[in-house]
Amino acid sequence: MTLKYIPSGDSAFIIKAGDEISEEINRTVRKLLIRLEKEKINGITDFIPSYNELMVCYDHSVIDYRQLLDIFRSCAADLDTMELPEQSVIHVPVLYGGGYGPDLPYVAEYNNLTEDEVIEIHSSSACFVYMLGFTPGFCYLGGMDQRIATPRQETPRLKIPSGSVGIADGQTGIYPIESPGGWQIIGKTPVRLFSPDKKPEFLFNAGDYVQFFPVTVDEYKHITDEVDHGVYKVRRTKKT
Amino acid sequence: MASVIINSAGLLTTVQDAGRYGYQRYGMPVSGAMDVFSYELANLLLGNDPGAACLEATVSGPEIVFTDETTVAVTGADMGPHVNGMSIALNTTVIVKKGDKLGFTGLKSGCRSYIAFGGGIVVPPVMGSRSTYLRAGIGGLEGRALRKGDELPLGEAKEKIKIRSIPGNLIPEYGHSQVIRVIPGPEVQCFEAEGLRSFLTTEYQVTAQSDRMGYRLSGEMIIHKEGKAGIISAGISAGTVQVPGNGQPIVLMADRQTSGGYARIANVITADLTLLAQMMPGDTLRFKEITLDHARQLLIDRRGVYLQCLSGRTGRT
Repeated sequence: MTLKYIPSGDSAFIIKAGDEISEEINRTVRKLLIRLEKEKINGITDFIPSYNELMVCYDHSVIDYRQLLDIFRSCAADLDTMELPEQSVIHVPVLYGGGYGPDLPYVAEYNNLTEDEVIEIHSSSACFVYMLGFTPGFCYLGGMDQRIATPRQETPRLKIPSGSVGIADGQTGIYPIESPGGWQIIGKTPVRLFSPDKKPEFLFNAGDYVQFFPVTVDEYKHITDEVDHGVYKVRRTKKT
Repeated sequence: MASVIINSAGLLTTVQDAGRYGYQRYGMPVSGAMDVFSYELANLLLGNDPGAACLEATVSGPEIVFTDETTVAVTGADMGPHVNGMSIALNTTVIVKKGDKLGFTGLKSGCRSYIAFGGGIVVPPVMGSRSTYLRAGIGGLEGRALRKGDELPLGEAKEKIKIRSIPGNLIPEYGHSQVIRVIPGPEVQCFEAEGLRSFLTTEYQVTAQSDRMGYRLSGEMIIHKEGKAGIISAGISAGTVQVPGNGQPIVLMADRQTSGGYARIANVITADLTLLAQMMPGDTLRFKEITLDHARQLLIDRRGVYLQCLSGRTGRT
């Protein structure tokens, strides 16, 4: 694979691993992140992995960009023989429809399906976490079944509660914090994607898979209670 | 423990430090001081740790009462700082006594003032930083802007009181019209030659839709190549200039989202983010392209300012 090195001003460098969205290219991005973190380079302040790029933030008064490029190139040589850690599947409970998923009827109608069929399709296959961004804890997911793809709402809602699960065109996602948004909301999860006072603060990492599963109102209440008391354990399995 | 009490908050006053690093991969913005240069100087003037938390006041300053003797330094925008009605110098260590009141008469230049206290503000850090990130309601004091009646605890001063000041010629001028230097961005090839010409040769105005997240500018439309305004969502760094389909540039600032989907035409250099952070709606700017080596030299020159500042002038206890 050919990597491209592009400055993002004088405080970050972009290492571009490809020009499209693919799990293969994203694997290269994650390998680069792990490899460069291992190097513990003085002057690097942060990393932002995305679909097809790794952004490396640095302090240019501490390390010259040429030195940085030399390190990037020597680390890149190791990628082919590197193994990524085993991927986790994170099982996310969702209460579909009703007041928590006001757009479920619309998504069903738009796709000529019943509400139960939409739920069945949405919760049947795992989605890949390509990256996080946009708001703290928001996952860009790939792999939603396109039979439930639905355009965004024409007028975005001003407030969508945290935990809301939605569909926008061919993508699905979860709102980690209350925010405005135009996604078709089909349900809500009681688990928290972002807990600033806990370790780890975020539920997902890039490279994980999300498996939604439907819960009843009673189960939702029970899980909410456990989450509030800090005892709910999100189920994690290994990707097979 | 010493503290400061907020008598009135001003338009938007928040606790900020050097920023929240290490969590951008989870979509957590860095936040921190908008004008990093002025923020760092304020701490240096007081002998504070480099990452100590201070106040960032926007457009209008707060009124603050001190519960104990301490030191204070005001840097950045000139909002006419005074203690008990007696005007005080910017960019200088000032000793205040119990009961003294720090106030501001009104904005004279710039947009954001930094108010540091000896020992720094010691609200509980969240994810390694005391910076306030308003959109998620975390950091600072209860994740929000300051209000009348708030009390902020101060840390132990790191050294005996020393008076320091920074020569005026080392402080940038906050004009209403600036040249802002940039490095070409990763999607420069997504723009028509004419679009790049607009970007680098015409004037852009700071609009009212500018805040800690980003500065939205208006001016001559920057034309993309057909269908090239959108990109696969990717990282954004401090000062990234995005151009959405409407051709009007947005410069991403301290509370920027970590990733975005618009073509990145350029990046404002670190040294000039200081100038931009002090610009107000209605101010105008021109972008100018420079090299990475030149940008680095400007950062190293800034180190020189710090050293001059650190050497101090007189010791006093």
